[in-house]
Amino acid sequence: MLTVVVILLAIVAAIFGIILGYSAIRFRVEGNPVVDQIDALLPQTQCGQCTYPGCRPYAEAMANGEAEINQCPPGGEATIIALADLLGVEVLPLNAENGEVKESKTVVVIDEQTCIGCTLCIQACPVDAILGAAKQMHTVITPECTGCDLCIPPCPVDCIHIVPLEKNMNNWKWPTPNGGHAAPKAN
Amino acid sequence: MADTQRRPRGAKGKLGLMESTKLKHFHGGLHLDYHKDISRQTAIAACLPQTRYVIPVQQHIGAAGKVIVEIGQRVLKGQMLATTKKLISAPVHSPVSGTVVEITKHAVPHPSGLEADCIIIENDFQDKWVERKPVAQNYHQMNSHDLRTIVRDAGIVGLGGAVFPTAIKQTEININTLILNGVECEPYITCDDKLMQERAREIISGADIIGHIIKARQCIIAIEDNKPEAIAAMQVAIDEDNTGFFRIQVIPTLYPSGSEKQLIQIITGKEVPINSLPADIDTLCQNVGTAYAIHQAVFKDEPLISRIVTITGKGIKQPQNLEVPIGTYISDCIEQCGGYSDDASCMIMGGPMMGYSINSDQLPVVKACNCLLVTTSDEIHPANTEAHMPCIRCGRCVDVCPAKLLPQQLYWYASTNNSERAAEYHLFDCIECGCCSYVCPSQIPLVQYYRSAKSEIWALEADRKKSDAARQRHEARQFRLEQQKQEREEKLRKKREMLNKKKGKPEENEIDAKKAAIAEALARVKKKKETQAITPKNTDHLSAEQERQIKEADQRRKAMKEENNE
Repeated sequence: MLTVVVILLAIVAAIFGIILGYSAIRFRVEGNPVVDQIDALLPQTQCGQCTYPGCRPYAEAMANGEAEINQCPPGGEATIIALADLLGVEVLPLNAENGEVKESKTVVVIDEQTCIGCTLCIQACPVDAILGAAKQMHTVITPECTGCDLCIPPCPVDCIHIVPLEKNMNNWKWPTPNGGHAAPKAN
Repeated sequence: MADTQRRPRGAKGKLGLMESTKLKHFHGGLHLDYHKDISRQTAIAACLPQTRYVIPVQQHIGAAGKVIVEIGQRVLKGQMLATTKKLISAPVHSPVSGTVVEITKHAVPHPSGLEADCIIIENDFQDKWVERKPVAQNYHQMNSHDLRTIVRDAGIVGLGGAVFPTAIKQTEININTLILNGVECEPYITCDDKLMQERAREIISGADIIGHIIKARQCIIAIEDNKPEAIAAMQVAIDEDNTGFFRIQVIPTLYPSGSEKQLIQIITGKEVPINSLPADIDTLCQNVGTAYAIHQAVFKDEPLISRIVTITGKGIKQPQNLEVPIGTYISDCIEQCGGYSDDASCMIMGGPMMGYSINSDQLPVVKACNCLLVTTSDEIHPANTEAHMPCIRCGRCVDVCPAKLLPQQLYWYASTNNSERAAEYHLFDCIECGCCSYVCPSQIPLVQYYRSAKSEIWALEADRKKSDAARQRHEARQFRLEQQKQEREEKLRKKREMLNKKKGKPEENEIDAKKAAIAEALARVKKKKETQAITPKNTDHLSAEQERQIKEADQRRKAMKEENNE
């Protein structure tokens, strides 16, 4: 009797083993899906303040447990909370070594009178948001600028300036009323 | 509460008798004091011409238009100043003939108080129109698309206050019911009431054009029962029309019956589902002012360059309705109404429930401006956004919410910056009617919280879109750099090959081939050695000297081998 049970269980186990083995090959996931999920939460400024060359490498490092979640100043607290939520780790304060959170969003502008057309900023821009050619005046495509400020150090004539993003009716936000009594924290 | 109402019928009505219709009722709502008699005593007056007009480029929901005039250019009345760039957009036109003196940022009526792009025109008082070619009665032969183009080019937007481009709303055809919204449920406002009283025939004509565009089978004109004169005037116009297409539906006065979704629910009994449009339940709702503007565009080829504005409140000396060219300064309108009374305290753009307060009268009247309410301090208190009492969970907001939401629950999430949870509680179904704030015993500015949460969600969405675009651009750049690197390497390799050929040096793979040949030959020899042991043939008769030499050579070889092995 016992042998029959053992043999039956072995057969069942073998069948499931084959099914699982087959599906592991058939439905193989390319790459690490966690990396994509982390990458989606990062602000994509590609500024490198996290010490990694771009947002995706940082996401990969986090997925491999090589980097902490608090190395992204452009994302700030909101990103850290979202990452902690996703990865199931404790919320950490932003690592001051990586930089500080900007008060408001910024973009850069090129002072076109001073620009000598050296193309160094174009090479530095991670999102191709600067337009120009050698010995031609350069300009920033403002809607594409992520405010990473990577173009500023290479400029030999210091003609790139940081300006706060223009407030207009499309990005204006209704102010939150200043409640005299704070409501209890929602769950 | 389902009210039974007497409904007048058109001349071609089935029985020609009064017929009772069961009206449905939406959830909640409020009975408010009308305050309408203040401004509806006199006829609509034309606003006097002024020297300067400020026309904001964007006066509608959607993308801003593209300015097509230059500074110093002479423009005629009705000339297009900015055209549409994207699908959801509307052009703006010059309200007078004159000269473009400036294209600059100017303060506009907006809750933010921000400045926006405006075209400033100086009036030459000649009132010269651009060439007009009205299609007039020929519209019966035109197709929907061509008529929509006329509506679009006339810059017509929803004049009930939402300012959504009208042509976009009319893209669905074969809609069963066209509902003409003459409800005007907010207190104080009488501009639609006066328009219906004085220009009923034009409204009916405009509605007929809309009906033709969307191929509607019936048109129901909804009017609240506190406007008997408007009902009578519209009935006269319907009787004249005599097609049986129109009928008036008198509805009980209850705020916010004039809201599109609520009105559709009253008339058809159907609720517009979440994330759907009225077209999905076979209805289209248009304001009476919009219908009038469409009549003007089709019969006179006049774009939307003026609108009726109710200027009212105890803070105004002679409250009345004015037909104001778009771009007129609010201060000029107020002046024509006798100016402010001594105890005027607050100016509201729009009605007291849904409007917002403005801090200056040096702002232009825009297409959205249906009412300018100047109140005294004892009339209306502006919403107290600084401090309010805590929520006591009385639930009165839930009772009055016409969208059947849970305002109290939304408030918890909105006030704790948990906008995602608020969205799960259907924050975006809130029509911002203000009923909840009105009844709140703790005077919590609930709508303000919801608006703030909504804009927070929009900002997050915009951020997400921007970061997606940045990711794409970054990846494209990485790909391009990688490609360039490979191309460079390929080029370099080819160059090196060319150089080597010129020098006559054997190429790398030739060298490899030779090496391989040598190795092969060696292997062959070795194999041969192994298979056929070679026996020297000349060792038979050796002298002693020769033997010694062989021995020495063997030893030398042996030593060398050892050395090599080491």
